[in-house]
Amino acid sequence: MTGPAPAAGGRTGGFRPVDGFRPSAVQAGRIAYRRRQTVRSVLLAALSTGVLGVLLVVAVTGAPGWERVRTSFFDLGVARESFPAILQGLWLNIRMLVVCAVAALALGLLIAVLRTLRGPVFFPVRAMATGYTYVFRGVPLIIVIYLFAFGVPGLRLRGTPSVLVLGGAAMVITYGAYLAEVFRAGIESVHPSQLAAARSLGLTYRQTMRHVVLPQAVRRVAPPLLNDTVALQKDVGLVSLAGPVDAVRAAQIATAEHFNYTPYIVAAVLFVLLAAPLIAVTDAVTLRAARRQDAGA
Amino acid sequence: MALLSCAGIRKEFGGHVVLDDLSLDVAEHQVVALIGTSGSGKSTLLRCLNLLERVDDGVITLDGEDITDPRADPDRVRRRIGMVFQSYNLFPHMTVLDNIVLAPVRVHSRAPQQARVQAREWLDRLGLADKALSYPDRLSGGQQQRVAIVRALVNEPRLLLLDEVTSALDPELVGEVLSMIRDLKESGMTMVLATHEMGFARQVADRVVFLDGGRVIESGPPERVLGDPEQARTRQFLARIIAAGRL
Ligand SMILES: Nc1ncnc2c1ncn2[C@@H]1O[C@H](COP(=O)(O)OP(=O)(O)OP(=O)(O)O)[C@@H](O)[C@H]1O
Ligand SMILES: [Mg+2]
Repeated sequence: MTGPAPAAGGRTGGFRPVDGFRPSAVQAGRIAYRRRQTVRSVLLAALSTGVLGVLLVVAVTGAPGWERVRTSFFDLGVARESFPAILQGLWLNIRMLVVCAVAALALGLLIAVLRTLRGPVFFPVRAMATGYTYVFRGVPLIIVIYLFAFGVPGLRLRGTPSVLVLGGAAMVITYGAYLAEVFRAGIESVHPSQLAAARSLGLTYRQTMRHVVLPQAVRRVAPPLLNDTVALQKDVGLVSLAGPVDAVRAAQIATAEHFNYTPYIVAAVLFVLLAAPLIAVTDAVTLRAARRQDAGA
Repeated sequence: MALLSCAGIRKEFGGHVVLDDLSLDVAEHQVVALIGTSGSGKSTLLRCLNLLERVDDGVITLDGEDITDPRADPDRVRRRIGMVFQSYNLFPHMTVLDNIVLAPVRVHSRAPQQARVQAREWLDRLGLADKALSYPDRLSGGQQQRVAIVRALVNEPRLLLLDEVTSALDPELVGEVLSMIRDLKESGMTMVLATHEMGFARQVADRVVFLDGGRVIESGPPERVLGDPEQARTRQFLARIIAAGRL
């Protein structure tokens, strides 16, 4: 923890003398050499990217079936016509994503905390939480969605929520099991000496969890948590299996209308665009976490 | 009457007896230094005193109250005991100031504003005023350890336990922590400290207790235990310390 800070090697460019300091001839030579190396590697990267791109285009457009694929998958007219319906469907995906992500994170955190409780009183709670994570990490999401969307209404209970809500619940319960394990890993990564320090100050178990363990745990597992949220972003499309018209379902309908697969491409592009900011945030958070680890925090 | 009293303490870890029928009294305002070889049970004893470990036999009383009684609430007991660890154990996700005010605000229900003012006064006194809003990893080991001591002190404990608080420090940083502990002794704080620094034990302790094999082998004023020990085992221990150049 208190070892010498890692040398700031590798960070070379952008040398600015603060106090009128002039680098020696040796240092000036090193800076010039590194700059030349940087230019060289950028040129190399550009060249190899270009070559690969050309090869890919040639391979795809030169394929014997390319003409047929182009008209049935990349029809601009169909894309334009199907776009509004798919976009409207996507709005449903977005709302589901937000609600399900928040609910699954809350459920995961709750389950993870329940699994840490010690003492015989909590045995049943602990056992149930453990059983839950075992079962729902094992069952495929599709099956859970079918069971919830078609099984629960079959009970004919009064006040059964809509298929949409049931599909969402299936998603939350499945993802909650994964997220619980991520949270648990985070909680277990907090060193016992932190607990000892907190308890020695007179903090109760709950206060220790709330103020000392969980904040550190969540920070540490933020990257995998966000990663699972990206996965959830894709999987909310599976709710279409139960009937609601989301982006995937809208694309399916448009495909049937036009006898053309372009709507699926439209939906795919929209999903990528939706995921891009989330993925960027995930990468940034991961990078920051890695840097902090380097700094010995 | 002793502020802290241990009688017949036993502690074992999976059949390995670490504390064996250990008895020890600490009067109010007294400073007791625990010395002994590595693995002699100093840390374990301190952790038992703070109820971080449960004793397997014996009774510990604090202010006359049996804190080893299963009906005693450990959280309430710990409010009256401060503890400082070898590896500081500051909370890395909180600023220095938040580390210090956490327990006063959450445990002792002090007004956050007032707790912060008090914490800043402490930091001022230690010359750490400019570190109040820094995170612990920006501080030197000596600074972190002094913050850890302040974090324990702001709860106004009856008893302060210090577990080798200078062992993780570079030699030039040991001084600032030791002088802080000397000041604490001046102010009348009751302390039990485990240490490998015989020179420090001699300076600050009213009584030195030599532990070996989980028992108190010898106990008395520092001049006697460190200067003219009665027990052969104490003499052997001190001879090894001298050979290692630590006395
Ligand atoms: N949680 C634990 N589980 C099992 N054994 C333990 C545990 N804590 C301590 N021990 C054992 O108890 C013995 C005493 O340990 P303790 O840390 O109290 O010694 P110490 O006198 O503080 O040593 P040092 O001077 O190295 O700090 C050691 O043999 C140690 O391995
Ligand atoms: Mg120890």
